[in-house]
Amino acid sequence: MNVRALVLLLWLPTQAIAQGFAGLGTTAQDFAQPVPGTQLQFPADHGAHPAFRIEWWYLTANLTGPDGTPYGLQWTLFRSALASRDGQGWATPQLWMGHAAVTTPKAHFVAERLARGGIGQAGVEAAPFSAWIDEWAMAGPDFDHLRLNASGPDFAYDVELTATGPLVLHGQDGYSVKSAAGQASYYYSQPFYQVSGTVTLPEGEVPVTGTAWLDREWSSQPLAQDQLGWDWFSLSFDTGDKLMGFVLRGATDYTSATWIGADGSAQAFPDGAFVATPLARHTVAGRTLPVEWRVRLPERGIDVNVMALNSDAWMDTSVPYWEGPVAISGSHGGVGYLEMTGYAR
Amino acid sequence: MTWAILSALLGHWRRNPLQLITLLAGLALGTALWSGVQAINVEARASYSAAAATLGEGSYAQITARGGEAISQQTYIALRRAGWNVSPVVEGRLGGVRLIGIDPLTAPRDIGPVSADHATDLGAFFLGAGQVFARADTLARLAEAGAEGVIAPKIAPNTAITDIGVAQRLLDRADQIDRLLVAPVQPLTRRPLAEIAPDLIASTAEDGSDVARLTDSFHLNLTAFGLLSFAVGLFIVHGAIGLAFEQRRPVVRTLRALGAPLRRLIALMAIELAGLALAAGAIGVALGYVVAAALLPDVAATLRGLYGADVSGSLSLHPSWWLSGLAMAMGGTALAAGGALWSLARMPLLAGAQPRAWVMAHQRSGQAALSLALLALSGAITFWGHGLMAGFLMLGALLIGGALALPPLLALMLRLGEARARAPVAQWFWADTHQQLPGLSLALMALLLAMTANVGVSTMVSSFRLTFADFLDQRLASELYVNAQDAAQATAISTFLAEAVLPVLFTEQRVAGLPAKIYGARDHVTYRDNWRFLRAVPNVWDTLARGEGMLVNEQLFRRAGLDLGDVVEIAPGVPFPVVGVYGDYGNPVGQVILTEPVFRRLFPEVIALRFGVRVDPAERDALRTALRDQLGVADSAIVDQASIKEFSMSVFERTFTVTTALNILTLSVAGFAMMLSLLTLAAMRLPQLAPIWALGLTRRRLAALELLRAVVLAALTAAFALPLGLALAWALLAVVNVEAFGWRLPMYLFPLDYVRLGGLALVAAVLAAMWPAWRLSRTPPVQLLGVFRNER
Repeated sequence: MNVRALVLLLWLPTQAIAQGFAGLGTTAQDFAQPVPGTQLQFPADHGAHPAFRIEWWYLTANLTGPDGTPYGLQWTLFRSALASRDGQGWATPQLWMGHAAVTTPKAHFVAERLARGGIGQAGVEAAPFSAWIDEWAMAGPDFDHLRLNASGPDFAYDVELTATGPLVLHGQDGYSVKSAAGQASYYYSQPFYQVSGTVTLPEGEVPVTGTAWLDREWSSQPLAQDQLGWDWFSLSFDTGDKLMGFVLRGATDYTSATWIGADGSAQAFPDGAFVATPLARHTVAGRTLPVEWRVRLPERGIDVNVMALNSDAWMDTSVPYWEGPVAISGSHGGVGYLEMTGYAR
Repeated sequence: MTWAILSALLGHWRRNPLQLITLLAGLALGTALWSGVQAINVEARASYSAAAATLGEGSYAQITARGGEAISQQTYIALRRAGWNVSPVVEGRLGGVRLIGIDPLTAPRDIGPVSADHATDLGAFFLGAGQVFARADTLARLAEAGAEGVIAPKIAPNTAITDIGVAQRLLDRADQIDRLLVAPVQPLTRRPLAEIAPDLIASTAEDGSDVARLTDSFHLNLTAFGLLSFAVGLFIVHGAIGLAFEQRRPVVRTLRALGAPLRRLIALMAIELAGLALAAGAIGVALGYVVAAALLPDVAATLRGLYGADVSGSLSLHPSWWLSGLAMAMGGTALAAGGALWSLARMPLLAGAQPRAWVMAHQRSGQAALSLALLALSGAITFWGHGLMAGFLMLGALLIGGALALPPLLALMLRLGEARARAPVAQWFWADTHQQLPGLSLALMALLLAMTANVGVSTMVSSFRLTFADFLDQRLASELYVNAQDAAQATAISTFLAEAVLPVLFTEQRVAGLPAKIYGARDHVTYRDNWRFLRAVPNVWDTLARGEGMLVNEQLFRRAGLDLGDVVEIAPGVPFPVVGVYGDYGNPVGQVILTEPVFRRLFPEVIALRFGVRVDPAERDALRTALRDQLGVADSAIVDQASIKEFSMSVFERTFTVTTALNILTLSVAGFAMMLSLLTLAAMRLPQLAPIWALGLTRRRLAALELLRAVVLAALTAAFALPLGLALAWALLAVVNVEAFGWRLPMYLFPLDYVRLGGLALVAAVLAAMWPAWRLSRTPPVQLLGVFRNER
């Protein structure tokens, strides 16, 4: 999950700085910067890093109901700092934002929560692991055994996550370079969760099982000025292998990908190796977005068709974007998630 | 030709500048009072809606603590973590300013000056010293507060909005929350409130503190005043226009004989009138602004004192307001001129120029019948009508019917006078007065309406004041009121004061399906001595003390349709019969009083944080000192009875200032109408006066008789206005008030006030007649003689 939500998260504080509330004394330089060669420490690094400007705990799941109906589930907790300190009380400069969604072939349910740190309304603790905002929580005795819940006005879910594989560190031991300009973040994933639980929809409760992918990332650096949006793919093939890839749309497109073997081994691919081509477009919330793609990674023999389960998976949140489950066919079969941002109205 | 016609028509005003002034002044004064009152209403309502918009009062359900104490921050977090989409608000006074702290991240989107959508301001809003949003004048009073001020003109007056953390710091109320706004949309999974925080209570959106609803009665009075003034103004305009049309009949006849088309004539007259109406409307709106600006500070003070509503003390010019003023002037002129234009259109081509015809034409026989019909309708609505609209219809029918009844009634009186008169001069006086009546009747009707409004409104306000003063005596029987900081201090206070203390125990519940406060009253001589009931069973206090019943306030009594002896459930499975009903003025919410032991058994979790203290007035200061020194009760937490009463009554004095000012203004308008009518009549009456003068009555004597006539007519009008005004007051107190607010005010009579008002009306009449009479006494004999030489 390279750059996804990076702009999303940076939106709050960079807007603020651009508008000149440097009166806070919180220029970008005040925040910590990722340093290559840093050894990530677990479970400590599962927790929050308030000295960095942005951070997220981003989980997507592809689930199946008893009748074979596919479902998608999203649970995200964003942290966005106005200043690099942490503390107690209302004046804590750590903002939290939660997004939750459930996607069915026919409907898409979304909810959003906002909170500030320092008062107990939202936060993350490393061990025993607990991430929460309001009543939404992802928590458990350790990072491999979690319980996840969220609810909105018209949906809710409550599922158990059990990891069946190792953490995957992206880039150089988790130091992931973002662009030619050298921007970077700390980035690791847990793409091997098995999921079981219940999704509550207006029609009633549905027992579900499936797989989930959790991304952890923190950084302080914004994207380049010309980078306006991206198309991001997390694909789980029937073979047990997985592929993360994205296209960063800008003056020139920039692509990147990580191949994750069924055993958890990771191989990063440079710009250009990963190719995604739109096949069909769909208009939702006034934006026309590609909801069917041809995705190729020739070095691994990948040439697949990626199609949205529900083309209307629009996240109508403070910062709107498209995020939804996909089905994979072609050289490989499987399921995954697609995120698209920055499409103009 | 158009210009020729227009200049011929306008020539009339050049020759009769007084009529032009009448027309302009009548319209301008009517518009002035109407738009002045409207300006005040608009300003006040804008203030309320600004308050509602910034605070979500009325539009969101709220959660508060049962006993009114603060909600802890831990409870708030517990609610959020249980799935309650609520947003905290803390509120307090800082340097007299209402400071409100909100959380922009959880607040509903339409609340507060910043939201998460506009993150530009988010950091500055709550980090560091923080920002306080308010109007410039409010910010000036918060200069010392230690937060950055941001000018926000849309925020309600005397109100400042800041982050909840900043507010807690400035108000020195760390970790405290006053209320929680409940978002209209809640998540699917949410645990019940009682399970998480049993001491909190949720109220629905329309319950409670809606300032606009509370202050409606006040604005109703103002609007009624404005409308009546405008009606008075319309009578003047109607008279002036009618007279002008009639006097121009020869001109119209000549113009038509010369070939001017009737259509164009009428169109030109309409345009002429529209121009005059615009000019008068503009003057009126300007005058109205002056009236409003003069009265607004008093009105604002009244509203703040009575209802705690913050209203801006300075006036802003809303376009809707001055446009409506102009529209009223135009509409009123159209209404007043419609009849005249219509009769002009139907006038035979060569109809003679007969000013007397106009005068006599107003003796319509239909008028008496219409008046009777309207009065009958008003009576019928009183008996069978329901609802606020019916109340207003009844008022309208009563006033118009009363006004229309005036000329026939006066005619009757004058005929009686004439029948009794023996001396020739007296006979002539009555006959001549009778003959003048049609010409004066419009002005007299205006005077009647002004008097009626004054009697009605001052009776209502005075009744309210007396009732309220009584009510304050009942309710504020204790010499001191003490607020405890917390439960520990409350216990200390009640132990320290022992027998002398009356705890104020209350909780909020739904009673008979309506939101209500339930109070626990100690069986104490204070209540027995001071409280009065609207209705009660015999030995009501003993019955209450035995736990065999409950008292309810009038609002609950009427809304729930209760009767004495009706049994109502206070808590599930705990019914009590109603044993007494008490008046509770100015409070929108229902109340129930139980005896203290019953209350404590039903609501054991409620503790009293407020206490009334009975103490010998001589020892009051000593007790204050003792409370402060021995128990650490802050001086600001002790309020003495006298200062509360004094404050409440000072609020009423303000109301009186406003009422008195409006009284004098409406009477002046009516007096002015009368003077102008007399002046115009005077010119026409020369042919009738000349023979009397020739028979030997001196001009002085004639002038004195003119004055006397004005006094007689005004006195008769005033005599008729009194019952009509009392009927108006009764309708306002017993019909409109009950329909609008759920309580009926007892009506008191104030004979001295009426005498004074009657005196004022006579003075106005004498002043109005003074100039015409003086002119008559100075009429050159040659002019009087001229009548015989050149009579028409």
